[in-house]
Amino acid sequence: MAVSTPVLPLTDRAAPAGATYLNAERGLRSWLFTLDHKRIGVMYLVVILASFLAGGIFALLVRTELLTPGPTIMGPDTYNKMFTLHGTVMIFLFIIPGIPATLGNFVLPLMLGAKDVALPRLNLASFWIWVTGATVAISAIVLGGVDTGWTFYTPYSTTTNTAVIPMTLGAFILGFSSIFTGLNFIVTIHKMRPEGMTWMRMPLFLWGIYATAIIQVLATPVLGITLLLLVAERVLGVGIFDPALGGDPVLYQHFFWFYSHPAVYIMILPAMAIMSEVIAVFSGKRIFGYRFIAASSIAIAILSFLVWGHHMFVSGQSSLANLVFSALTFAVAIPSAVKVFNWVATMYKGSVRLLTPMLYALSFLFLFTIGGLTGLFLGALATDVHLTDTYFVVAHFHYVMFGGTVIAFLAGLHYWWPKMFGRMYSERWGRVGALLIFVGFNLTFFTQFVMGSHGMPRRYFNYLPRFEGLHQASTVGSYVLGLGFMVVAAYLLHSLFRGAPAPANPWGSATLEWETSSPPPPHNFDEEFDASDPYDIESLEYDPAGGGYRRHDPSAIRLRPAGAP
Amino acid sequence: MTTLALTSLLAAGPAGADGGSFWLPAARSTTAGEVDSLFYLILGISLFFFVLIVAVMLAFVLRYRHRRERPAEPSRDHNLPLELTWTLIPVVLVAVIFFYGFRDYLDITTPPRNSYQVQVEAQQWSWSFTYPNGYTDSVLHVPVARPVELVMTSRDVIHSLYIPAFRIKRDVVPGRYAKVWFEATEPGEYDLFCAEYCGTNHSNMITKVVVHPTGEFETWLGKASNFLEQMTPVDAGRKIFQVRGCQQCHSVDGTAKVGPSLRGVFGHQVRLADGSTVTADENYIRQSILEPASEVVAGFDPVMPTFQGRLSDQEITALIAYLKSLDGN
Amino acid sequence: MASPAHTGGPHLAHHFANLDQQYQSAKLGMWVFLATEVLFFGGLFCAYVVYRANHPEVFLYAHQFLDKRLGALNTAVLICSSFTIAWAVRAAQLKQVRLLILLLSLTFLLASGFLGVKYIEYRQKWEHGLLWARRYHPEVHLVQEGPGHDVEVPGAAPPGPGAQAAQEAPVTPAADGDADRSRIADAASGPVGLAEPMPASGEHRVVAEPHNAQVFFSIYFLMTGLHGIHVLVGMGLMVWLIALAWRGAFAGGNFTRVDMFGLYWHLVDLIWIYLFLLLYLVH
Repeated sequence: MAVSTPVLPLTDRAAPAGATYLNAERGLRSWLFTLDHKRIGVMYLVVILASFLAGGIFALLVRTELLTPGPTIMGPDTYNKMFTLHGTVMIFLFIIPGIPATLGNFVLPLMLGAKDVALPRLNLASFWIWVTGATVAISAIVLGGVDTGWTFYTPYSTTTNTAVIPMTLGAFILGFSSIFTGLNFIVTIHKMRPEGMTWMRMPLFLWGIYATAIIQVLATPVLGITLLLLVAERVLGVGIFDPALGGDPVLYQHFFWFYSHPAVYIMILPAMAIMSEVIAVFSGKRIFGYRFIAASSIAIAILSFLVWGHHMFVSGQSSLANLVFSALTFAVAIPSAVKVFNWVATMYKGSVRLLTPMLYALSFLFLFTIGGLTGLFLGALATDVHLTDTYFVVAHFHYVMFGGTVIAFLAGLHYWWPKMFGRMYSERWGRVGALLIFVGFNLTFFTQFVMGSHGMPRRYFNYLPRFEGLHQASTVGSYVLGLGFMVVAAYLLHSLFRGAPAPANPWGSATLEWETSSPPPPHNFDEEFDASDPYDIESLEYDPAGGGYRRHDPSAIRLRPAGAP
Repeated sequence: MTTLALTSLLAAGPAGADGGSFWLPAARSTTAGEVDSLFYLILGISLFFFVLIVAVMLAFVLRYRHRRERPAEPSRDHNLPLELTWTLIPVVLVAVIFFYGFRDYLDITTPPRNSYQVQVEAQQWSWSFTYPNGYTDSVLHVPVARPVELVMTSRDVIHSLYIPAFRIKRDVVPGRYAKVWFEATEPGEYDLFCAEYCGTNHSNMITKVVVHPTGEFETWLGKASNFLEQMTPVDAGRKIFQVRGCQQCHSVDGTAKVGPSLRGVFGHQVRLADGSTVTADENYIRQSILEPASEVVAGFDPVMPTFQGRLSDQEITALIAYLKSLDGN
Repeated sequence: MASPAHTGGPHLAHHFANLDQQYQSAKLGMWVFLATEVLFFGGLFCAYVVYRANHPEVFLYAHQFLDKRLGALNTAVLICSSFTIAWAVRAAQLKQVRLLILLLSLTFLLASGFLGVKYIEYRQKWEHGLLWARRYHPEVHLVQEGPGHDVEVPGAAPPGPGAQAAQEAPVTPAADGDADRSRIADAASGPVGLAEPMPASGEHRVVAEPHNAQVFFSIYFLMTGLHGIHVLVGMGLMVWLIALAWRGAFAGGNFTRVDMFGLYWHLVDLIWIYLFLLLYLVH
């Protein structure tokens, strides 16, 4: 399609003076009431990373207590509250909103060449609902803490004397934030793709976010009703889960896990989505097996609804139920495994640059593989009987949630940081942080596999002396992890003030968000786009003058300036 | 680096202490062996794929490291035969794992017909095991080489009975019965944990399984059951105090736990939650055991369960004798 | 493209390419939202299914305390309100603002009527002590006037063997507080003539209350309560729409908001129909 006005390569443009989304409007109100998806994404980033900090502090307190078998720095009730708060904060405040609310919000419209998400006011509402829910949940800390574990199993959660109601109401409210974000993304991806961007020409990041959004929209309401029933049980005594009143405590577990299992795929699908982008770009190659990766995202989303019972193999459900859930659990493992093969295959005959995002991507492959393989032990019924409710499970889910999602989040954060803030961070310190986190993580959590298979149950304040060595190693690892995160926070914050200005396309990616300046102007683009091939990475060349990458032929994907007939 | 760290930890790790391998405690039940075989099968498959993936990944990173003079080479971005192969092989492998997992699971959960039944009651935060002759103890004693079936229920919240050495675990739910079985292969003592979080003392809800050599179990049971006849009332009372869960919540050395310490309680004035004062005589003790909510001591929560129907009059008399003997000094 | 922002006509938001994209986005968004509502209620429907499958006698017994006529009345009221709101959407499309306001008001009135009937029903339950589990202290029971025909009469129900009044203490399987009751309860279901003996003339057989009858009322209040909250929210939205219509927001033919609300309201109606069938018309 011919373009009437010549298009300047982006590296030749000066950053529009004072016209980035960061500085176009000033003042607190312009941020708190913004409808700009980029600003909303940044606000989410701030509060979500703050939640990660809080959850991480709880974790360090838990691990410190576990340095010795008996009381170390706290008593049993405080410990029980600590691990509960660690879990609830990390899951409901950090990791579920996690990648979609932060990177998803920022990148999704840009990747579509759009000006915003479909429903910007709903987007802002999602953010404020998050803030409300988080406040209510955190108030539980002030009100004495919660000691039920993040799973709130009945009848313990309906009878314990701790602040269960604020925490569950907080999680209930947070659920709406998640639902509305998912709803927004579904509508945006369906209705706002640029001309020519068929489903099969979408970047895989969007497939991942889309599959995640489906789960968010369909699973979260079930959590909502479950938590509502829990509150009704405590306040009114409706008796649904109380055997003394005719209820069934195991029914709670079915309701809870019907959401919470798909929830873990809300956590991992965006992470996998980031991997598809980062590995392709930093291998300088088209992603291998695009169709399969796209299809597997949807397959995982669907199958994720069918396996919740694998959290309940020893709860007393029938052998038939156990059989079906075990079989389906193995089924859902296959697409994830094949994705890992696809990512590794992408590097074949590539040009692999070991920059920080790629270091995190390689860490992901290492750690997520371990996490996924240890899921096999838990999906098999006979071994699960021995391993469930032990530290083996704790290690497994930390390998997939932390070694998977958090590591991918770090990869994505480093990948899109220049676009979001217009600054490059220190690559050298990036490597230091990545190494500390990788080493610290393995030391913390690998030891827990061994503890678990030896019978160390989870959620234990006190433990038998023979586990002390492994617990101490795990705690040391957690301090190394903490140090690693402090390093990452330090150089990222430093880059905001002193980092080198970022070019439009520092990494050489072919997706549309790199077709605008770093940071973008408030309205994202001056042009409208014809669909590009998101993995046409080889059409980009490095431009030493600007320090970034540019297309051989920028006009090839440009339809017309925005608004032109 | 992980292996190095771990090897140095093995010396202090659990492997030696429970007689097992690097990964698992010693297998001490008839079904534990097949669970372990499956564990090692999965471990082998996992190690294979893990090494394969990491090795290929590292090989590609090194071989195809970015060099300015050598850009990425063109290659196919999909390969159907390859993709099918690396999909189908895992499918076959997981099918095998699934099959053994299910088959062994049926073995674990199907008790033989002539199993020796022990009733189990879990409560916050102790276990009590009632043998067929009615004797109740806080430790699980079983004969070796004989199938034992535990019929379990909870008095309050969900607990879970877990014996790592036997590779069995089952949630214990209030309002219904749960069953689990095992056949111990070696005499000895093994840990029994609660594996479902149940509150403050969840991690102290630990007891033992004592496996008696052939012929010795019946002897033990006989002696233990008759303790009321064989022991003095004070000694019998002390035993009841220990095995029937009293000591989980009441100390005898002055420390306040969930419940007040009972050191020197007998004969003294007790201040109740409603402000009144009573003398702790025989009737008070009996009332506290049978209707604990009626006279709660000031400063404590009314959480003591009733032992109505669970302690006989003879057992209560022995308890009273024991408490009388606790010196207040 | 000129946007007639102040004439009440459709206003194109800056991030949409055209009005159709904007409208389609709103519609898809609303349908996705309705899907979440279905799943939200789905949990309660699931609880209903589980408990009814495991304890059909509880549902067969307890549903008789619900007034089918009031339930049917409410069903008719909501169906009418679905009709009025559908017409209101049409009126908005045709820029018939006065008709729109009239129809929205009618829908609002019908919704109020629904809540009014529910209030009557709830109060009746309150007076008879037929509340959810912990507060279930029935002061009415059923007597059998003929095969399959029970009538509610005052006085607490005599519990059948094994039945226990709702209590706070944990249940242990060993406890059975009713060893002295030897009366055999009528079977809750079974072929007429075998399980339900004909009463002699003048004699009324008391229908024994099954164990855990309170579960029915827990489910009843949870489901109708949650539905009632949705009706209330709908009424609030209707007030907002009426205010908008009064100020001319729909004079230009921009009917999207009314249309979206209509979708919501139809779902609220549909859910009630299922509730009526499942709670009132148990057979």
